[in-house]
Amino acid sequence: MSTQAALNFNNLCEILEKHNNDPAKLITILQEIQEVYRYLPEDIMTFVATSLGISPAKVYGVATFYSHFALKPKGKYVIKLCDGTACHVKKSTAILEALQTRLGLNEKNNTSSDGIFTIETVSCLGACGLAPVVMINEEVHGAMTPELALKEIDKIIQQEENKQ
Amino acid sequence: MITLNKIDLDQISLAYNSSLEKISGRIILCAGTACVANGAYKIRDRFLEVARAKELSISMEIQKENSGDYYLSKSGCQGFCQMGPLVTILPANILYTRVKPEDVEEIIDKTIIKGELVERLVYKAPGKETLCPTPKEIDFYKKQRRFVLKDCGIVDPEDIQEYISRGGYKNAEKVLKKMEPEEVCQEILEAGLRGRGGGGFPTGRKWALTLKEKSNKKYVICNGDEGDPGAFMDRSVMEGNPHSVIEGMIIAAKAIGADEGYVYVRAEYPLAVARMKKAVNDAESLGLLGNGIFNSDFNFKLHVMEGAGAFVCGEETALISSIEGKRGMPSPKPPYPAQKGLWGKPTVINNVETLATIPLIMNMGHAEFRKIGTENSPGTKTFAVTGHVANTGLIEVPFGTTLREIIMEIAGGVTDNNGNIDNSKFKAVQIGGPSGGCLTAEHLDMPLDFDSLKSVGAMVGSGGLVVMNEDTCMVKIAAYFMQFTQNESCGKCVLCREGTKQMLNLLNDITKGKADHNTLILLDELAEAVKAGSLCALGKTAPSPVLSTISQFKEEYRAHVEDKKCPSGNCKDLLEYKIVPELCKGCRLCAKKCPSGAITGNLKEAHIINTEICTKCGICFDTCKFKAIVKE
Ligand SMILES: Cc1cc2nc3c(=O)[nH]c(=O)nc-3n(C[C@H](O)[C@H](O)[C@H](O)COP(=O)(O)O)c2cc1C
Ligand code: FES
Repeated sequence: MSTQAALNFNNLCEILEKHNNDPAKLITILQEIQEVYRYLPEDIMTFVATSLGISPAKVYGVATFYSHFALKPKGKYVIKLCDGTACHVKKSTAILEALQTRLGLNEKNNTSSDGIFTIETVSCLGACGLAPVVMINEEVHGAMTPELALKEIDKIIQQEENKQ
Repeated sequence: MITLNKIDLDQISLAYNSSLEKISGRIILCAGTACVANGAYKIRDRFLEVARAKELSISMEIQKENSGDYYLSKSGCQGFCQMGPLVTILPANILYTRVKPEDVEEIIDKTIIKGELVERLVYKAPGKETLCPTPKEIDFYKKQRRFVLKDCGIVDPEDIQEYISRGGYKNAEKVLKKMEPEEVCQEILEAGLRGRGGGGFPTGRKWALTLKEKSNKKYVICNGDEGDPGAFMDRSVMEGNPHSVIEGMIIAAKAIGADEGYVYVRAEYPLAVARMKKAVNDAESLGLLGNGIFNSDFNFKLHVMEGAGAFVCGEETALISSIEGKRGMPSPKPPYPAQKGLWGKPTVINNVETLATIPLIMNMGHAEFRKIGTENSPGTKTFAVTGHVANTGLIEVPFGTTLREIIMEIAGGVTDNNGNIDNSKFKAVQIGGPSGGCLTAEHLDMPLDFDSLKSVGAMVGSGGLVVMNEDTCMVKIAAYFMQFTQNESCGKCVLCREGTKQMLNLLNDITKGKADHNTLILLDELAEAVKAGSLCALGKTAPSPVLSTISQFKEEYRAHVEDKKCPSGNCKDLLEYKIVPELCKGCRLCAKKCPSGAITGNLKEAHIINTEICTKCGICFDTCKFKAIVKE
């Protein structure tokens, strides 16, 4: 086991312990685990099931029901494009298309192969006053246009290249 | 844990108010989502930086012994999101709009030190020159009745003492010490409060039903799932005044005999989760939550739970499943949560705004409360006004206010696609989100309340009010909502799962020009079936946006189906781009920009578009400076 994996595993045990292995806390447990791993690896879900004394199918069922849970690793930058009503009438679709074209992604295949970007559409980020809204990780960008959104992406690409 | 009694609440207020008196001024920075996105925190940092350079004492804490001469605090969303970031200077109550870090030095030099206005940061009504330095002069605020939102935008949401200093938790104290549960239910019933979560069920009745149930354990749940895309009032209350929600829950718990509660907050609202959690911790440490609250025998334990992204979890039975750690699927009613709710125990579920209204009612009494709003819908309602209006944002008005007042006066009028105000472009308002419907010009003067909206096929819903101008295609809007409900259907019942999918396909046929006269008939039949055969209100109301647009915009549907034309020019498949030869100057710009090489023509001669190759991307339309390209 690599040190990182060992560390993560320690975290995992702590999370389960903190919630007394209580199956009623499953959603909160999965949320906290996802913060450690950035997604929910299959073997981890099985481990959680055993620890909580429920079937892996139950854990998997919950994990697939809620859109917040990811079964595949997400990119380092998660771009959440709001497609709530307010953003939709202010033409959020054009922004989505521009971003997808630039990053060569689509709805099914939404994480770039280098693991840098994930594009998701979400319904209403609660910032409708700034529609259309794009959220990149925790940062909200309001009154977006396809050009402005692409600029943000270019900035990140530049940053990442400089790091290498 | 120390228990609190009356004297302590008063003492906290007294101490807080006396430190407020000591400061010479206060700067309130709106820290709602929109203002933060526009750089509110950069402004805060700049204030501290400039103050340091000028040796002016600006402190971010008020309770410290050496509290600064000026107190810089943050507030929740003030609603005027379009004009953010907002900075308010007290005591003069001057509101500066669209403030940038570069403006801070001038604000300090002029307003804070000399008491003068920085005119360019003062709001002016569009097209007018009169300065509106305080909210009292701004139409957006003037015409509102901020009741539940009154303190959002003033108080520091992370400071429990400020909430207490404004009379907070006094009503919980009164209820716990002096009132019987029956009396509390009766008071709310007589106030005529109806649930703000969508359905408008009388809250007092819901409570009385739950009180009646005999059980050793009961729960109160605050529904903060706010899934309606286009609504953000619950978020603003949770972020801007979380203690008002907690106080409402304490009163609800007393009224039904519960000793445990949950606040279920949507996953997309990390700030609301954080603020609610902090508020609960602070209330606990003062003994306002926990055992023996106010030295009474009343106990109340409160948890904050974060949702995980499922719209259907806003439905009460689904929400309960979710708290229990399961997939958030609705279950048939009856039994209602009042009888069998969380863990099978009697449970009251109320919306955030409903709960935040409770302390206000207990404070003013039902008779005063009933003076606001209409006979059958007393009180106020918050609306998130968005879309094609000049001032998008969060507003609060008494029930019975007309759409015209909201759109034309408070929101400053309808805008065209370039953001210019032009009220003649008004087309429709979508209200109530995916369960609601559309209102048109003929409804502009209808007083809005639960019953009037229902009578025209819409609903108050959560209060999302999306204004649309003439360039919006109503079929596409219907398809948009259908796509939403189809995605969010939990899949439990066939009619909701498959019916919404088929309805979406039919709508897409219409926008793609593949529809015939049968399509509308099929759509109608399916709508009836989905309404009748779905288990929960998600499916039951899913056809509403479609039915409402069909009934209000028959001609537009007809044009799509029969003429294969989209009158607003939004449905790509029904469009053709053409060049008007008389207007074309032959500048070649469009031909150069066309990504598919569909435009040909010689310099200084009229060009033509080859419709066989044209992908209808619209670039030429946006490029042409002579308006020679038209969509038909
Ligand atoms: C699909 C669906 C979504 C809902 N979403 C919400 C919501 O986000 N917030 C809310 O308060 N109520 C929502 N409701 C209504 C709740 O089921 C419930 O009626 C409400 O929380 C009761 O509170 P109230 O009486 O204070 O309005 C939703 C209902 C349905 C059917
Ligand atoms: S619709 Fe996009 S933030 Fe609300």
